[in-house]
Amino acid sequence: MIGGPDQMRGSTLLAVDGVSVSLSGREVLHDVTFGIEAGEFTGLIGSNGAGKTTLLRVILGLVAATSGRVLIGGRAASRQNPLIGYVPQKIALDPDMPLRARDLVGLGLDGHRFGIPRPSAARNALIDEMLDAVDATRFADVRIGNLSGGEQQRILIAHALISRPRLLLLDEPLANLDIRSEQEVVALVSRIATDQHVAVLISAHDVNPLLPVMDRVVYVAAGRVASGTTNQVVCTEALSRLYGHQVDVIHVRDRVLVVAAREDVAVHGGRDAAVGLA
Amino acid sequence: MTELALLGPVFEPGFFSNPPVQRALMVGGVVAVVSGVVGTFTVVRGQSFAGHALADIGTAGGSAAFLLGISPLYGFVAMNLVAAGVMELIGIRRPRGRDVATGIVLGAALGLAALFLYLDTTTTSTTGATINVLFGSIFELSASMVPIITVFALTAVGVVVVLYRPLLLSSLSPDLAAARGVPLRVVGIGYLFALAIAVSLSAVTIGAILSTALLVGPAATALRLTKRTGLAMVLAATVGVAATWIGILLAYDSYYWPPTHQGWPVSFFVVTLVLVFYLAAQLPSPRRSRAPDGQPAARTA
Repeated sequence: MIGGPDQMRGSTLLAVDGVSVSLSGREVLHDVTFGIEAGEFTGLIGSNGAGKTTLLRVILGLVAATSGRVLIGGRAASRQNPLIGYVPQKIALDPDMPLRARDLVGLGLDGHRFGIPRPSAARNALIDEMLDAVDATRFADVRIGNLSGGEQQRILIAHALISRPRLLLLDEPLANLDIRSEQEVVALVSRIATDQHVAVLISAHDVNPLLPVMDRVVYVAAGRVASGTTNQVVCTEALSRLYGHQVDVIHVRDRVLVVAAREDVAVHGGRDAAVGLA
Repeated sequence: MTELALLGPVFEPGFFSNPPVQRALMVGGVVAVVSGVVGTFTVVRGQSFAGHALADIGTAGGSAAFLLGISPLYGFVAMNLVAAGVMELIGIRRPRGRDVATGIVLGAALGLAALFLYLDTTTTSTTGATINVLFGSIFELSASMVPIITVFALTAVGVVVVLYRPLLLSSLSPDLAAARGVPLRVVGIGYLFALAIAVSLSAVTIGAILSTALLVGPAATALRLTKRTGLAMVLAATVGVAATWIGILLAYDSYYWPPTHQGWPVSFFVVTLVLVFYLAAQLPSPRRSRAPDGQPAARTA
């Protein structure tokens, strides 16, 4: 269940192979290995500071691995990778930002180019199609800063997907969302991944919202990962080995609670587990 | 004839035939357009402090140029370009690093400005230098400066037009822009250079101290009125030009005002008008309000 070289097959879309990363002399990721096949939905689970964002930044080519390698579609990670669509962690969108939702989606097509975009019917049609795909047509002309958190996530997802990537990276898209928006975003990402045959790697600190839709889990703790199917990874045995001490995985109705025996280790899924019990 | 008679109290004699006034209208208009276009991104990127700091820093260059007997504009532009480069070099990654870097450069430059302004005053035995540098000299621009100002203006607007999309993307999220291959440093420094030129241009017209008002005020007004970036830039330019032209008219007219018949400074009128436009844009409009359920009103429109 700990990902190994056996996953590095020809059809593998993303191959992370023995990647270690040190930032300012501190090892943030240690010997991380896992793979993602085309169209797969993978959850990247771990508490704050576990190394999830760093791992995503390595895949994006924004941070260089100290050792190991990352291949996307068989090629080394680099910036401006057309195979990757990216939704960064919480963007502070100012209410006065003079940008409509549809303008932000359009920047997903050509935001890196110089000059002013030329209006074209083809460009507008693509934007409308993508807005429709994320159910955002009704607020397409609203200022992005005036949208709710869940609505902004939809627009950022459309922004990431309009250039037709094969792999969608989402960094904590469920943070700061209420439970209903959380479920909506998860359902939307899952549906789009299937419709457009896009593989998804979505980071979250809680595994529960992703349980119904995940094909695989990459669990990060203190810079190390365990990967495999949900049942393989989210169990007492695997997580205890990952954390290096006793961790209990308790199933409560449709939810799981990860409980550390030691008091100094954070309890995952606390908020949602509590809701699940209510 | 009757129309002219009606306009008499508005346009005092000679307003349209006076060469310094014609020049002020033209240069003031050009500078207001540059300030509006560049200022829109200054507000969006949260760099108002950097903009104001550049204006203050530029006074060291402007006062040095005065001392050398050349146009303060050259001093402003040279000093501001150097300052923009230094600010970028010292550290612009984090907002706090940016503020600290700006503050350090600002302090050093103001010290120089104090020295040069003192020397300006003592060597020329006039206080005109200080007033010119700090509060502008739009009626005293020589005709030879007009083409130079135009070239600087086109350069600044050109940079913003070329960098338009990467600037927008990096203003929204540096990570998002970097992942798409936007060269953040190139875009950041390119924009700072455009800002340095815009601030220099408004320093020689309405003055170093007041140039922030022309940079930030019309842009902030425009952001209240439109949700489209391109349109915001056009609106900001329009508001700036309106404030500048009406300000020049009022300053000219003020020579005829009782009791003293001494002209009031243009800068005062321009800045006051910018403030009036900004406050007017803050007035609630039914179109911008939100429906009671907290959803944006446009949703139900």
